[in-house]
Amino acid sequence: MRRFWAWGAVIFGVLYFLLPLAGMLNFSLKARRGEYSFDAYMRVFGDTRFQETFTYSIVMALFTIAFGVLLVVPTAYWVRLKLPGLRPWIEFITLMPLVIPAIVIVFGYIRLYNTSSWLPLTGSATGTNVLLMFGYATLALPYMYRAVDTGLRTIDVATLTEAAQSLGAGWVTIMTRIILPNVTVAVLSGAFLTFAIVIGEFTMAALLNRPAFGPYMQLLGANRAYEPAALAVIAFGITWACMGLIQLVARAAPKPATPVKD
Amino acid sequence: MQAGTAGSRIATLPARRKLPLHWLGVLPFFVFVAMFLIMPTLQIVVGAFQTPQGGFTLDNIRGLNTEIIRTAYWTSIKISVISALLGCAVGFAMAAAVVLGGLPNVLRSPLLTFSGVASNFAGVPLAFAFLATLGPLGMVTVFLRTQLGLDLRAMGFNLLSYYGLVIVYLFFQIPLMILIITPALDGLKREWKEAASILGASGFQYWRMVALPILLPSLLGTFALLFANAFGAVATAFALAGPAFSLVPITLFSQIRGDVLGDPQLGFALAFGMIVVTGIANTIYIVLRTRSERWLK
Repeated sequence: MRRFWAWGAVIFGVLYFLLPLAGMLNFSLKARRGEYSFDAYMRVFGDTRFQETFTYSIVMALFTIAFGVLLVVPTAYWVRLKLPGLRPWIEFITLMPLVIPAIVIVFGYIRLYNTSSWLPLTGSATGTNVLLMFGYATLALPYMYRAVDTGLRTIDVATLTEAAQSLGAGWVTIMTRIILPNVTVAVLSGAFLTFAIVIGEFTMAALLNRPAFGPYMQLLGANRAYEPAALAVIAFGITWACMGLIQLVARAAPKPATPVKD
Repeated sequence: MQAGTAGSRIATLPARRKLPLHWLGVLPFFVFVAMFLIMPTLQIVVGAFQTPQGGFTLDNIRGLNTEIIRTAYWTSIKISVISALLGCAVGFAMAAAVVLGGLPNVLRSPLLTFSGVASNFAGVPLAFAFLATLGPLGMVTVFLRTQLGLDLRAMGFNLLSYYGLVIVYLFFQIPLMILIITPALDGLKREWKEAASILGASGFQYWRMVALPILLPSLLGTFALLFANAFGAVATAFALAGPAFSLVPITLFSQIRGDVLGDPQLGFALAFGMIVVTGIANTIYIVLRTRSERWLK
C-alpha cells in the first residue's frame, strides 16, 4: 500500500516535470509546417542579436565568477582562520540576497549610482557593466559563499597556514598555492552555479538596460512563435550542463584523508 | 629625552601589535556588501519615508492604499502562498516516497540531480516551456482538444491567470522543497520509529506524535522560503503575461522603467513593502531552521 502511494507520487512528479520539457522540445521542432525540423534553432543561432547577447552574458558570467572567487575565498579563509566569531554575521549577510528580491536591489542601484550621484556608475556603458557584474556577484553570493565555506571545512586551514608560513610563504603564496588548490572543487561548483544564474538573468539586466541574454529571450518571446521554445531548450541544456559539471567535479574530488571536525 | 621616547615606544610596540587588525582581512568583503547590498536596500527603505525634497513623510506608505496596488499585493501574496503550500505538499510527498516509501534506491540520485536543475530553471525559459505545453497552441492543449475533445480554454483554463501562474511556479517550488526536505527526512532515526512501535504506536500515531513534530520546523521554514521565492520572482511572470499582469514585482518593474504610477516616491514604498513581506517570511524561516537543526544532528 505504502509502495503504491510512493509510486503514485513519483509518477505524478515525472509527468508534471517531463510534460513541459517535452512540450518545449516538440514546439521548438515544429517551425516548418507539417514536419519536424531544426529551423527554429537555425534562425536563433543565425540571429546576430542572439550571438551578441549570448556572448555578452557569457563574458559577464566569467567576470562575475572571477570577482566572486576573489572576494569570497580570501574572506571565507580569513574568517575561518582569524575571526570565527564573525561567522554567524557573515552567514546572515550572505543569506540576505535570498531575502531581498533582486528587483529591489537593482532599484536601489539605479537610485544610488545614477548620473547625479557621488559614484555615477550608470553614466557610461562600462560603468553600468561593472555595476551589473556587482549585482550578479551579489545574487550569487549565497551560493558561492556556502560552497567555498563548505570546502574550507574539509581542510585544516590553521595547520596548513602555519606549515606554509614556517616554510616562508607570504599571504599571496598561501592563498594561491595552498588554499585555492585545496578548495578547487568547492570553487568550481560555486562557479557553475553562478554561471547558471547569470546566463539567464532577466531583471537586473533589463532594468540596467544592458544587452544580456535574459532580456533578449523575453523580447523574442513577445515577438516570435517557435524561436522562444528553441531558446528554452538551449537554456535548459545550459542549466543541465552546469549542474552536471558540479556533480562531475564533486565525484572526481579527492576525499580528505581524515575528516576534520568543525 | 629622545632615547626615552624611543625606548618607551619599543616597550609598547609588542602590546600595540596585539591590537586587533585582523578585521582588515574582511574589509573588502564588508565594503562590497555595504555598497552593493546594504546601502541600496537602505536607500529604498529611507526613500519610502521621504518626500521628493527629502523631508520625512508617511504619504508614500499611505499612497500604497489604492485599488491597483492592493490588488497587486493581494494577487502576489495569494500566488506565493498557494504555490508554496502545493510545492511543500508535493515536494514532501515525492521526497518521502523516495526516502521512506520503499522505492528502489536508484531513483534517489536522479531525483536530487533533476531537482537541482529544475530549481534553477526559472525565469524566461520556464515561461516559454509552459507556453509551448499549456498555451493556446501548446502540446497538451492541442492533444486534449483534437484527441479527447477537451477544450481547456472553453473549460475556463488560462495559463496567463492566477491558477496558470501557480502551475508554472510549482516547476521550481517542488524541486526546491525536495532539495531541502530530503536531508531532513534522512535525519529521522530508525530508532524513533522502533521505539514508538514498541510503545504500541500505530504508523499514523508515529507520524502525528513523533515524525511530524520533529519535521514541523523545517516544513514551516521551507514554506517561508518558498513563499519568498515566489513573491520576489519577476522574470517568469513577466515573460508569461507581460507588463500588464497585476503582481507587485511586475508593477514595480513597470514603475522603474517608466513611471506608471505617476509618483516616483511611490516606487520606494512599493519596494519597501516587498522587503517587509519577504523579510517577515525569511525571519520565520531562519528562526524555525535553527530550531529544527537541534534535532537533525
